[in-house]
Amino acid sequence: MTVSQVSFGSHEPVLEVKNLTVKYIGDTRSTTAVDRVSFSIGTGEVFGLAGESGCGKSTIANSVMRLLKDPAKIAGGSISFGGKDVLAMSQEELRRFRWQDVAMVFQSAMNSLNPVLTIGEQIVDIFTTHAGYTRKESLRRAGELLELVRIDSARLKSYPHQLSGGMRQRAVIAMAVALKPSVLILDEPTTALDVVVQQEIMAQIKELQRELGFSVLFITHDMSLMVELSHRMAVMYGGRIVETAKAQDVYTNPRHPYTQALMSAFPPLTGPRVPLTGLPDGVKFRNIPDLTEAAPGHFVAPVSADASAADTAIMEGAAR
Amino acid sequence: MSHAVLSSQRPSADTEAPALEVRGLGKSFPIGGLFSRDSVRALHGVDLTIGRGEIVALVGESGSGKSTLARCVARLEKPSSGQILIDGVDVLKRDRFQASRAFRSQLQMVFQDPFGSLNPAHRVEHFLRRSLAIHRKGGNSETATQQRLGELMTTVGLQADMLNSYPHELSGGQRQRVAIARALAVEPQVILADEPTSMLDVSVRIGVLNLMRKLRDEQGISMLYITHDLASARYLADRTVVMFAGELVEEGESLDLLANPAHPYTQLLVSAVPDPARAGSYDPVRRAELRQAVMASTTCTFDGDPNQACSAEEPVRHRVGDPENSHWVRCHLYRPQPGAGGHALAAEPTDNTASA
Ligand SMILES: Nc1ncnc2c1ncn2[C@@H]1O[C@H](COP(=O)(O)OP(=O)(O)OP(=O)(O)O)[C@@H](O)[C@H]1O
Ligand SMILES: Nc1ncnc2c1ncn2[C@@H]1O[C@H](COP(=O)(O)OP(=O)(O)OP(=O)(O)O)[C@@H](O)[C@H]1O
Ligand SMILES: [Mg+2]
Ligand SMILES: [Mg+2]
Repeated sequence: MTVSQVSFGSHEPVLEVKNLTVKYIGDTRSTTAVDRVSFSIGTGEVFGLAGESGCGKSTIANSVMRLLKDPAKIAGGSISFGGKDVLAMSQEELRRFRWQDVAMVFQSAMNSLNPVLTIGEQIVDIFTTHAGYTRKESLRRAGELLELVRIDSARLKSYPHQLSGGMRQRAVIAMAVALKPSVLILDEPTTALDVVVQQEIMAQIKELQRELGFSVLFITHDMSLMVELSHRMAVMYGGRIVETAKAQDVYTNPRHPYTQALMSAFPPLTGPRVPLTGLPDGVKFRNIPDLTEAAPGHFVAPVSADASAADTAIMEGAAR
Repeated sequence: MSHAVLSSQRPSADTEAPALEVRGLGKSFPIGGLFSRDSVRALHGVDLTIGRGEIVALVGESGSGKSTLARCVARLEKPSSGQILIDGVDVLKRDRFQASRAFRSQLQMVFQDPFGSLNPAHRVEHFLRRSLAIHRKGGNSETATQQRLGELMTTVGLQADMLNSYPHELSGGQRQRVAIARALAVEPQVILADEPTSMLDVSVRIGVLNLMRKLRDEQGISMLYITHDLASARYLADRTVVMFAGELVEEGESLDLLANPAHPYTQLLVSAVPDPARAGSYDPVRRAELRQAVMASTTCTFDGDPNQACSAEEPVRHRVGDPENSHWVRCHLYRPQPGAGGHALAAEPTDNTASA
């Protein structure tokens, strides 16, 4: 059984984001970090979100969790979870919604553990407060969770600073799946993991996902990992989605020049060492239009004349 | 290297001392409670040399000791044993208790966690200005400093108006670039970069890797590049070293090492690189078995077969393939293929460029 043979999930959307617009209002400069973004994730589906650094991915994740703080403003659009309006939830509803319905592994995972509590105390805390288990039961489960992410349960006694970057990331992943949420948001969960552990953890998450049927919003810069694990994916640029389709289709037939740049800026593991360029200097896409269906299920933002000039520049791949 | 299109322009500096040399470095951490005697052996007998203008990639398992090595070299952690030589000077002897400013001007570190390494109370400008001021690299006028600040931001692909931003206003990748700019501001001779590009999209990442190469080519900066991205190690680094359980187990010219991994852990690592071209080929069950075989050990780091020659003692370094690639492996399980030109090097070499 291989990872990509996992069933596709149903088309019943669990999470639906429509025309979401988020702004950061500043004294000197305001940014539209997310600009009319729409996507939906089906039950049991893994949906990947890729894109430029700073294009608004974490902002979307934080919006879904209702964790945006001033000066961030949701300027438009809607988010619904299982038919319920997330943006209208009360504090009381949110308490349940977060971690039990939707759990998130933050991009800052390495830094998001409480430095004065041991890993064990932090996991036990989740079980006693949210699931009502006894301390003893919680401790046993905490040990199991750590083993699940390949950390020796003896490390329950370690403080966060005593763990390596990757171990801290794994501990946080363990905490996120502790309460078996129906949607799991992973914001760059594996930046500090070697590929072996990374594959194992992602396989574990897939395994759990198959068992429990939860959906995943998976944010990563690792395009190979994304293509390998996601059913569908979207590529963002400057707050907009520029392309969305089945992950395999995006990989084999990227249509937007930015997606093409992402897919070709990838140093190979074999063959000679050839210079690569990312987006050539000065290439910027502006006023990105709405998506149109370029092929069945494959949506792309049409590229204006300007940006097609950029397209050729990318293809020529100027030397460093 | 004959096929490489990218030249490695590192100056041949046979007579000069290497930029950085680490000898027999060891580090143990106490774990558990205050009175517990348990400890974790994070590093053991690490020998590593980085020549002037050389880029060395350090890869290895999560938790194998990579950050600890970098933190010891940067004098943020006190090694339990061993020597650290910069430009041939033993810095642990020279600055006994803490790193001097001269040392910080020579060597800068980019930390693994961009969310923890920038003080939230300050704006981006503060970090860069401070580095410029302490190490007197800001030029002799405010105009010169401002210009330098602008240059640094452009260098890492950030807009100059972000100088006014606080860390919490930046995305993960933007913070990483600020951290890189802060190290560059000092114009050091050696940069230790701990996963500096892990949160950058591939397109920006290539830009940063090209920048690192350019700094090496133009200014002769030496680098230790810690990464989990084997493809980028191959792209950027002259040599790649592999760490496993606190020890260096294999080293070689990057292309050769990744094409002919000799250590079982390196083989496992290379085989696990996700590749969309073979999506679906990854089988978690089989991978878990392979990992088990490599990792599970009782008598020694690898096999657990007490009858094997090396098992009882420290494993020796074996040369792999053509001496030109300076490729060696240190493992209980490695057996040179007959006629493959490999043979055991010295049992306890300190010179890891050992070529016959
Ligand atoms: N509190 C804030 N105030 C002002 N601007 C902000 C704030 N938080 C984020 N931004 C800006 O919003 C944009 C989107 O940020 P976000 O963190 O969502 O990016 P991202 O896609 O997750 O990037 P990365 O891949 O680098 O993590 C960035 O340009 C960032 O500078
Ligand atoms: N301050 C500390 N106290 C106790 N143990 C520590 C401390 N710092 C590191 N360790 C332990 O040392 C080992 C090596 O950690 P290190 O951070 O060097 O790993 P790493 O190779 O950088 O891993 P990663 O790729 O996950 O960042 C780990 O087992 C870790 O738990
Ligand atoms: Mg982010
Ligand atoms: Mg580390």
